[in-house]
Order: sequence, then structure tokens, then C-alpha cells
Amino acid sequence: MQTEELLLPETALALKVPECRQEEYEMVYHRPRTLLDVNMHYCPGCAHSLVHKLIMEVVEEMGIQEKTVGVAPVGCSVFAYDYMDIDMQEAAHGRAAAVATAMKRLMPDKFVFTYQGDGDLAAIGIAETLHAINRGENILIVFMNNAVYGMTSGQMAPTTLAGMKTTTSPDGRDVGYYGAPIKVAELMANLPGAFYVTRQAVNSANAVRRTKKALQHAFSYQSLHKGTCLVEIIGNCPSNWKMTPVEAARFIDEEMVKTFPLGDIKVPKAEDLKNPEEVQ
Amino acid sequence: MKEIKLMKGNEALAEAAILAGCDAYFGYPITPQSEVLEYLAREMPKHNRIVLQAESEVASINMVYGAAGAGFRVMTSSSSPGISLMQEGISYIAGAELPCLIVNVNRAGPGLGTIQPGQGDYFQSVKGGGHGDYKMIVLAPSSVQEMADFVYLGFDLADKYRNPVLILSDGAIGQMMEKVQFNDYTIPSVDKSWATTGKPATRSRNYITSLHIQPEKMEQHNLKLNAKYAAIREQEVRLEEYNTEDAEYLFVAYGLSARICQKAMDIAREKGIKVGLLRPITLYPYPDQRLLQLASQVKLMLSVELNSGQMVEDVKLAVSGKVPVGFYGRLGGMLPTPEEIVEHLEKIMLKNHAN
Ligand SMILES: Cc1ncc(C[n+]2csc(CCOP(=O)(O)OP(=O)(O)O)c2C)c(N)n1
Ligand code: SF4
Repeated sequence: MQTEELLLPETALALKVPECRQEEYEMVYHRPRTLLDVNMHYCPGCAHSLVHKLIMEVVEEMGIQEKTVGVAPVGCSVFAYDYMDIDMQEAAHGRAAAVATAMKRLMPDKFVFTYQGDGDLAAIGIAETLHAINRGENILIVFMNNAVYGMTSGQMAPTTLAGMKTTTSPDGRDVGYYGAPIKVAELMANLPGAFYVTRQAVNSANAVRRTKKALQHAFSYQSLHKGTCLVEIIGNCPSNWKMTPVEAARFIDEEMVKTFPLGDIKVPKAEDLKNPEEVQ
Repeated sequence: MKEIKLMKGNEALAEAAILAGCDAYFGYPITPQSEVLEYLAREMPKHNRIVLQAESEVASINMVYGAAGAGFRVMTSSSSPGISLMQEGISYIAGAELPCLIVNVNRAGPGLGTIQPGQGDYFQSVKGGGHGDYKMIVLAPSSVQEMADFVYLGFDLADKYRNPVLILSDGAIGQMMEKVQFNDYTIPSVDKSWATTGKPATRSRNYITSLHIQPEKMEQHNLKLNAKYAAIREQEVRLEEYNTEDAEYLFVAYGLSARICQKAMDIAREKGIKVGLLRPITLYPYPDQRLLQLASQVKLMLSVELNSGQMVEDVKLAVSGKVPVGFYGRLGGMLPTPEEIVEHLEKIMLKNHAN
């Protein structure tokens, strides 16, 4: 400690770093080992990094790192494979559900998930998504709904709220002209192949805990081989919403949830959860 | 002796796919190739293989991409408008360097066109088709037997180069019935340690992508692809020649056109015109070296195609002005008669003589 203090710049000296006595503390939290220890490229306060971490926590806790294969989208999370320490494939814009379909059909014992934004899933890729869920592909679709196209810098998405300003709806989304925001979770929950559909958020500690629970359920249901799990997560895009992360978190509670109410939309029936061992 | 069967081109191709150990087939119906999907839908489950009718060609090719990334032997087939829809996925597969077999039973177009045979997809097949800068190995069968044989060859080349291979057939070869023999084939074991099958503790993660956002890295990747394409040009040219030893004139034609040219060649020879035929089997890599050699032997080349003149550009490029190159084509699914082709040859012979 002594030598280190000498190396600190003068301003930092005043801070007086307390001596680290790690052995006296109990480790209660650590970065999941399934999440690579690298800097992420996301904007400060963006939901993507948090949700990456949640997914990787679940994978670590379930001990399924070796059996998990992910599909990354085109969108801000295009580099998801640079952060998740699992095998992953990058799909063309919107096509993740088709890519995952083939993977899972050929590797039925693996845990296969896609990670997709709203432009990716609900615009260009809605056909692939809808048909994969209709076939009941035994995959998990993690759907990040931030109501805009983040990567291409803030254009209108199919999920953009009515009246919401984006670079391509500068006067606010006119529903009569562009149609209403698509409620993906409700839409897909109607399909017989959907096994578990929920909408969560990550803008508060409680919301984060609920999202993690949803992801835990969704991953564990995959060993039942009974259909598609869709976890829609209301994310934020402070950069393109032109808000601070705190304002963005508030915007979700005050505005987003009016169009996209949180909670489970389709849950498995009790009898569907019985005897997972029996199912091949 | 292996049993000789009478089969449709599309069905022979489908049967060969099963014998070649194709793990999965993803497709969408379109005439004149729907028999491939139908045959495999019936037969693949018996062999515990995956067959799935996708919701579109876009989905099919992306399923192929997923299966190939996971290290499986995988195939799709379609016809012209469907192949257009697949171009996005083909570009990704080429960019990510994954092996797969794609079959185009070419019909005539553009647009919805007609279901009759055509060769209008030549450019699309050999010059890229999708975006970016990539190449596929393109095999052009001209018989039902080759529809089967090229499936084995196609899968092997795809694995060897980690590259998509295209079988460019046409509506006539796909639909016609001929005798076919299924030759012995041993499914090779291929190292696919790069595949995304789930990361064991013993290795670092595998990821498959065509994304290289930094220009330096993208250029390196492009250069790596180019080196591969150069090796393919070096090693994989395939062609067939008829009567070229004493030929003074040369037909250049592939697939169905080559079949018709064989007859035209016989007619011309009966008339005393010494015609030979060069049939490219690989349209990429193109047999340009051999054409250049023949350019110093023959007086004239005639490219015969079922389009308005596409491969003729490659013939001209190959011979670089050393010999006149003519073109004859029929469009819209119409086929030239052998007589018509000879007539056209005689016409341009006269014209070149007069010059
Ligand atoms: C075929 C195709 N069309 C368009 C694009 C450009 N593009 C890249 S990302 C994107 C939108 C992504 O938005 P979203 O899925 O909402 O993800 P986010 O960036 O918000 O996380 C678009 C349109 C592309 N890469 N490919
Ligand atoms: S642009 Fe939006 S979605 Fe993309 S990283 Fe930044 S905050 Fe996240």
C-alpha cells in the first residue's frame, strides 16, 4: 500500500484509499464467468449491457455454458459474441429466428437463444420470428424493445410509441400514417407454438430481478421441448431518446408501459411443466 | 455393377443428397424444382435427417447458414426468383466461410418469368449475385447422371474450401427423366472444430460472423477470401471437350445448351464443317486457360446460351480478342434447334470470311 500511495497523483492522495482486507469480506457478487472481461461498446446507461449480463448470469448459474449457443442480431448488439463467452453465430438483419431454428433442430440437446432488437425482430425479421414461434421452435427469443433503431441512429421502429419523435418521424409518430406500435409479445403469444411469453424491463432494481427470473424460466423450459419462449425486455436508448439514463428509466415507467404493459402474457400450464425427464 | 434407375433430374439430385450424408435440407416450393423438397420430405425422416419447409427462401437460406455454422452438411434448392431472395444469405455464408450446397434449377425470366428452362442466372451465379465481393464454386450439370454426381462433388468442394457451392441446373435437366447410377461414395470426415456447437471448457468460444467493422480487418478478410478463390481457380476447373482435336470452329455451351450443341456439332460435321464443343462444367472457376489455348487453333467460337448473352462475355474475356466470338441464344424458355444453331454458325462464318 505504501508504495502505491507514492504513485498516486496529488489530487488522489486526499482520497485515502482504505486498505483492502478482502479475506474479511464474503464475496456476494461477481461478474459471471460466462461474460468476457472486456469493455463493451454500448452507450452509458444502455440496457443491452445489463441484459447481456443477466443472460450470462443465468447461463453460469444453470451450468449450461457448454450447451448454450446464441444468435446475435444486426443492431447495436451486433457484437454480442464479443461479450458472451459461449459459441455464437451472427445472423443477417432479422434472420436470427431462422438461424436458430436450424441450430436447434440439429442440436436438440443444446440451449439455443436469439438476442434481437425491435427493428431486427419486429420489422425486417417479423416473418422469420412469427413462423419460428408458430412452429414452436424450442428456442428462447430475447427481444430488446427500445422503440427505436439504435444502431442506425434513432429512426422509427415498428415499436415506436404513438407521437414519439424519431429522426424519421420528426413530428412524432402519426399512427394514421405509419400504423400503431406493434405489441410483439401479445401478437406472438397468440401463436400455439408460444410456450412462455413475458414482457419485462430493466429500468429499476426490481425490474432487473424480475427480468432475470423470466430468463431463468425461459432457459429452464427449453429442456421440456415444448415450444418457443419469448422474453420481451423494454430497454432504453438514452442516446437516441435524447435523455439521460435516469430520464430514460423514468420514461419507461411513465410512458413505455402504457403501450407495452409489463408482466407475463402466456405462462405454461402446470401440467406442461411435469416430468421434464420423460420428454425427449 | 450398380443398379441403373430411371429418374427425374430433381429426384436423382435429392437421392444423391441422402447418399452424400446431407444432414439437413431447408427449402421452399417453386417450379421447376419442387420435387427436391417433396422427395426429401418423404425420404429424409427415414434416415433421421432434418427436412423443413421454410416460410420463404429468405428463411431457408438462413436456416442453411445456421446449420452450416453448427458444422452440419446442409443443402437448399430453389429456382430463379427464389434464388434472388437467397442472395442476402448466400453473401453472409460466403463472408462467414461456411460450407453448404445450393441448387438453382434455372427458369427463364426476369421477374416471375416462366417455369420453362433458362440460363438467365449465369451472371447472378458466377459474378456474385449478392452484395459484396465473393465467389461461389458453380457446377453446371447437363444430364440427370450429373445432377446426382455433382451433389457429392459439391459437398466435398464446399467442405474443402469452406465455401458455398452452387449447382446451376435448369428446368429441363431438373424435369427430364434419364438413366442414373448412384456411384459408391464414402462420406468424408471433415474437421469442423470451428463450428458453433457449444463451447467446452477445453477451447475458447467459436463465433461465426461476416462482420469486420475495422477497414484494415475487413481488407485482410477480403484478401484471405481472394487467396482462397485463387486456389479454387488454380485447382478446380472442370470441363469436357468433344471433337476439339481437329476443330476449326468451337461451340462453347454449358448444361442444356451443351446437350443441344452436341447434336448441332454432329449435323455440322456431316456438312463438312469441323466443329468442336467445349462444355464448362465449372462456370466458376471458368475454363479460360483452355479456351485461350483453343483460340490459337480455331477460326471462330460460338457461345450458345438460353439467355441474351451472358457467358459469352467470359469467353471473350478468356480469348482476349485472339479469335472472333459469336453468340446465339433463345429466350423465354424457348430452346434452339440444332439446325438453327448450325445455320447461325454458317451465317457468322460467312460474315467473318467476308471481312
Ligand atoms: C438488410 C439490412 N437492412 C438494414 C440494415 C441497417 N440496420 C442496421 S441495424 C438496424 C436497426 C436495428 O435496430 P434494432 O433492431 O431496434 O436494434 P438496436 O440498434 O436498437 O439495438 C438497421 C436498419 C442492415 N444492416 N441490413
Ligand atoms: S444507440 Fe441506444 S441502443 Fe445503441 S448502444 Fe446506444 S443507447 Fe444502446
